Amino acid sequence: MIEMNKRFLLQAAVAVLALAAIAGCGEKQAPKPAEAPKAEAKAAPAPPPKPEPLKAAWVYVGPVGDAGWTFAHDNGRKAAEAEFGDKIKTSFVEKVPEGADAERVFRDLATQGNKIIFATSFGYMEPMLKVAGEFPDVKFEHATGYKTAPNMRIYDSSFYQDAYLAGIIAGKMSKTGTIGFVGSFPIPEVLRNINAFTLGAQTVNPKIKTKVVWVSTWFDPPKEGEAAQSLINGGADVLLQNTDSTAVLQTAEKNGKYAFGWDSDMSAFAPKAHLASAIVDWSGYYKKAIKDVMENTWKTERTVWGVKEGANDLIKIADVIPEEIRKKVQEIKDGMKAGTFEVFSGPIMGNDGKERLAKDIKADQAWKDKVDFYVKGIDGKIPSAK
Amino acid sequence: MNELALLLAATLASGTPLALAGLGLLLNEKSGVLNLGAEGMMLVAAVAGFAVAFHTGNDWVAFGAGALAGMAMAAIFGWLVIWLGTNQYATGLALSLFGGGFSAFVGVNYVGKKLAAKSAFEVPILADLPFVGPALFKQHPMTYIAIGLTIAIAWFLYRSRAGLVLRAVGESPESAHALGYRVRLIRLGAVLGGGALCGIAGAFLSVVYAPLWVEGLVAGRGWIALALTTFATWRPARTLLGAYLFGGVTMLQFYLQGEGVEIASQLLSMLPYLATIVVLALISRDPAWIRINMPASLGKPFHPGS
Amino acid sequence: MFRLEARPQASPAMALVSPLLALALTVVMAAALFALLGKNPWSGLGVYFFEPLNGRRQMTEVALKATPLILCALGLAVCYRSNVWNIGAEGQFLLGAITAGGVALWATTSGIKASPWVWTPLLMAAGVIGGMGWAAIVAFLRDRFNASEILVSLMLVYIAQQLMNYLVFVPWKDPAGFNFPQTRTFDAMTWLPNLVPQSRLHIGFVVTLVLVALFWIFIFRSWRGFQLQVGGLAPAAARYAGFSARTALWTALLVSGGMAGLAGAMEAAGPLRQLTPHVSTGYGFTAIIVCFVGRLHPVGIVLSGILLSMFLIGGELGQSRLGLPNALTGVFQGLLLFILLACDTLINYRVRWQRSSASAGTAR
Repeated sequence: MIEMNKRFLLQAAVAVLALAAIAGCGEKQAPKPAEAPKAEAKAAPAPPPKPEPLKAAWVYVGPVGDAGWTFAHDNGRKAAEAEFGDKIKTSFVEKVPEGADAERVFRDLATQGNKIIFATSFGYMEPMLKVAGEFPDVKFEHATGYKTAPNMRIYDSSFYQDAYLAGIIAGKMSKTGTIGFVGSFPIPEVLRNINAFTLGAQTVNPKIKTKVVWVSTWFDPPKEGEAAQSLINGGADVLLQNTDSTAVLQTAEKNGKYAFGWDSDMSAFAPKAHLASAIVDWSGYYKKAIKDVMENTWKTERTVWGVKEGANDLIKIADVIPEEIRKKVQEIKDGMKAGTFEVFSGPIMGNDGKERLAKDIKADQAWKDKVDFYVKGIDGKIPSAK
Repeated sequence: MNELALLLAATLASGTPLALAGLGLLLNEKSGVLNLGAEGMMLVAAVAGFAVAFHTGNDWVAFGAGALAGMAMAAIFGWLVIWLGTNQYATGLALSLFGGGFSAFVGVNYVGKKLAAKSAFEVPILADLPFVGPALFKQHPMTYIAIGLTIAIAWFLYRSRAGLVLRAVGESPESAHALGYRVRLIRLGAVLGGGALCGIAGAFLSVVYAPLWVEGLVAGRGWIALALTTFATWRPARTLLGAYLFGGVTMLQFYLQGEGVEIASQLLSMLPYLATIVVLALISRDPAWIRINMPASLGKPFHPGS
Repeated sequence: MFRLEARPQASPAMALVSPLLALALTVVMAAALFALLGKNPWSGLGVYFFEPLNGRRQMTEVALKATPLILCALGLAVCYRSNVWNIGAEGQFLLGAITAGGVALWATTSGIKASPWVWTPLLMAAGVIGGMGWAAIVAFLRDRFNASEILVSLMLVYIAQQLMNYLVFVPWKDPAGFNFPQTRTFDAMTWLPNLVPQSRLHIGFVVTLVLVALFWIFIFRSWRGFQLQVGGLAPAAARYAGFSARTALWTALLVSGGMAGLAGAMEAAGPLRQLTPHVSTGYGFTAIIVCFVGRLHPVGIVLSGILLSMFLIGGELGQSRLGLPNALTGVFQGLLLFILLACDTLINYRVRWQRSSASAGTAR
């Protein structure tokens, strides 16, 4: 069964060498990579040479087909590609794990001539920082992080605004007074969303309660469905999620309850249950970032866009929602667009009784970054609190 | 009380795909073949089932497609392991790996697609009984099929001639061969049957349970099903119970989280796995029981005329 | 009809040709797949087989990725040769990372200064102990309760993952980390010393090669190694000879757990330098494949570890350079393994063409 051949040493080594030889010979015959833009043969007189297209690369943590987080980023990439035409050349690498492998991918992309690289998940922060130090003339952009460098900057969106708007709707549509949230991991962004969802609902029904269940994954549709079922069994009749699939929405539909779409327009998946979809649109930012590089106006900064800049929105609001709620949602959206409405305005009480934001104070970005508590109305302790 | 009923219902639903796959692997292993490729088979079947459901709108045809896909993958495994005598563990692993990549590859066009709306299932009259109704009688028909299959497979293995032959092949293929039975064909039959059941489990996940397709949908349930056959000491009824135990504790820990229990969710998430280990330790204490039930030739290749 | 006929003895010629044949077949299939996808087959093959080794930096990356695979696979080889089916190397890897990470964090926060040459052995020892401890649970449950090591080791993987999640989210969370799931970055004195300048390859690679040699001696030249293998191949004979099955069980699991833990420690203190939920990308499971492709032989494991690393890295390059889908890597790995396993049959069996099926005799 198992051959303990000493000859194995020799033949295996021969195998690997043969392999390298085959491929090596093959490589010499290989034409340039298949994606190179075709150069058009032109008759005399030769026009001035076209400038080399700017190479831009995206690194994704999930598959582009996830219909969620990565899908939204890829749509942004495609929009930028459409906008700039043949002035840029984009590429992407998907499903890059957020550990030691990411560093290698960034380094390879940088050595391949990409002048701007986007990393779309928090876990890429340290690897990107390391590589940024080695390639000073490449620009690095990190989503949802907090570390920067002279050639590395950060960007983020304000999902919590969508969550707040959804909360307003949920507060009205919930008959049991309990709403549910399927959470992925207890990181600040998710906690902000849960809190904003609850705060929004409380403006309509001050006695609303939120139940939270953590699935410890960004993407596992059957598990998300089970979590949603568990929330419904526990009495929640309007659900929001921070995970990336349509499972929660579909479970709500199966049970005759309500839910929201997340990351993209999910209305087609649950005609009866779908109340609205909380979306993110990265295309505006990606176009700006590439423009910055092209026009040499790129500088290290932190950009957090939201409803105002068109990066976040709550769309496809269902007809079943009463008119006065729609009006309210629109009003608040207008306030967000004008920059006058702040979701996190005092007074805000944590569910442990401590006041987290004083009356009449509007939270600044630093406060929002540090959200590590549940607001009043949510039972339980955050699984990342000590 | 109502919450308990709902928890039971959720347990049954959650355990069904695990039970189906577990029963399939049980058949496999009773004939002496260990197929570590369950995850790969389930994934390919899931994408096949979803695609067929998408195009035909008929769930049952989709389950059939899943079964066929599972059988096709199992056939590759079976040919390698039974006729070429390759190492079963390695071949199974290769199958899992290949199935993962292949399903992702061919399923690209089905991501983000949705299936036709489904009606809710319930058993008439019985579903209206207090407590028992919502607990047991509002399930998808596949849940009841899984229970029925458990009984059928138990009957097949322990009460039918064919089942006896299968077990004989698993215990001592040399003796069975000497008696004139075509060991390799019987093993292939078991492998294909196992593949079909794993395939139905995979299709169930993508067509009913989720219902959607995305790569990696099965998310490790194939491995859990494999572990369950060991847990169940190769007996069908225990396989079913093991699946329900696992599904039940999963739903229980979600329930506890929702109630605001102050234990970190990561620790609660460990519960299903801990529970399985604990129960396994308790039921395995009798080595005689294991010796009686584990197929003696499990994992070893058989060559007639060798 | 083709028929397989047992050879009177294993064919040394085929043992040489089989892996070459397998690789050749895989290359052909890969080229066909590339062509089907509309990509140039040569570029495709180049990206998987040539680019990962193209240049010093690239080669160090392959070695870096192969290190944990080889370490885990060495331990697993001992296990599988003893017929102990540990499939929880992934969990033991994580525990090694946790214990080593714990020591590194303690070093970072306590302010004790010492040279890396003090910390490195300490961290590696911590990793070994962590992995061993986790594997000891498996051994204990099998020893005392007869619980199948397949199931227990697998369940412990999931538990280890949740444990890591818990640690980086709660007690070990970086206080300056904005509540994100990661620990502090380890102080530079705890980092594994670098082996090749301008690369990420650390001395762990040398340690690995030394261990390869030690394992070779253990498996093929030591009394205990012999005992373990007899126990795996012929348990009745082993019992008759007085080899203790219990000792074999514990040895196999502790050795494989320790090796996986060491790999985890190296990964945490080497390229990562902190703990996150993503310390492992499935090394423990890939190592099982490395183990089998390497035919449970230490030198074979080194070569197959390198080969699989090339595949994994090639998969990344295929995406960024050629736009190949990520799913292809899994397809290739699976195909290679299938073909390799199939070709290996030729070592012990001959293919014979049979005219009529009415040939009597034993075969059916």
